[in-house]
Amino acid sequence: MKITFNGQVMESSEQSLQAFISTTDAKEPYAVALNGQFVPRVQCSSTPLAEGDSIELLSPIQGG
Amino acid sequence: MREDKPFTIYGQTFESRLLIGSALYPSPQVMTDAIHASQSQIVTVSLRRQNSVSAGQDFWQLIKDTGLTVLPNTAGCHSVKEAVTLANMCREVFATDWIKLELIGDEYNLQPDPIALLDATEILLQDGFKVLPYCTDDLVLCQRLAALGCEVLMPWGAPIGTGKGLLNPYNLAMIRQRLPDMTLIVDAGLGVPSHACQALEMGYDAVLLNSAIAGAGCPVKMARAFNHAVQAGRAAYIAQAMPEKDVAAPSTPTMGMPFWHQN
Repeated sequence: MKITFNGQVMESSEQSLQAFISTTDAKEPYAVALNGQFVPRVQCSSTPLAEGDSIELLSPIQGG
Repeated sequence: MREDKPFTIYGQTFESRLLIGSALYPSPQVMTDAIHASQSQIVTVSLRRQNSVSAGQDFWQLIKDTGLTVLPNTAGCHSVKEAVTLANMCREVFATDWIKLELIGDEYNLQPDPIALLDATEILLQDGFKVLPYCTDDLVLCQRLAALGCEVLMPWGAPIGTGKGLLNPYNLAMIRQRLPDMTLIVDAGLGVPSHACQALEMGYDAVLLNSAIAGAGCPVKMARAFNHAVQAGRAAYIAQAMPEKDVAAPSTPTMGMPFWHQN
């Protein structure tokens, strides 16, 4: 299925949000949103993925 | 002379009345040096997609090493949904309920959207956030934000990154006057230390700035200058300025003046 990860469309067969994240090179600390909704880290394993889902994985950066 | 009340943010007291941003510095070393020179106790941060994941780790480690209190922002958000989502992500990553709520309404001058700001503030306060809304210098908007339960308001001095200073001192003074117990922080638009000093002289509790320090020829020296300005402004507010007059009044005594009325 097609998944958009941080703006990039890619193919994935992973069934859960956590399983998908584990295929990326994401390192702590980060937070996750699925289709524009925040997903607490403890819920990532139980959050299923579906065709066309959009995942944002964000990390700390400078801010004003 | 006025009573010197401590500077508090949602019950937490701070000595420094200067909040500093972590962006736009020429290097990470200059950033940390400027933060230390400012003697700030609160630093703003954000969340973004990382090109290199380790870049986020490195930056976050530098910030943690400063030992400062972190204030995450929702910079760049244009909708209530975006801001609420980003605030929740910030809360998880930075382990704080504080959020500098920034919700842009106009792309040209980055003016906050007052209507969306109220909606997002209400949602986040109900969700347990301690919201520090970045808002325009509109008295009624500030009153509405206060009525929702905000304990801190952050009206702008001028649009972000312009360095123009306090564009509308009357509006800012009116907010101070009408919300005497609110913690008020001028956020954005300051360019030079005298702008910060002016805000503190008016009775604002603190200032938040980034570009004025990071964009200076020497950010470290400018950070030190802002620290002095904030302290001077606060001391002047407590000392209470003399009343302004329309007519000159001599400061040197006229009694005993030589040659008095001899011509």
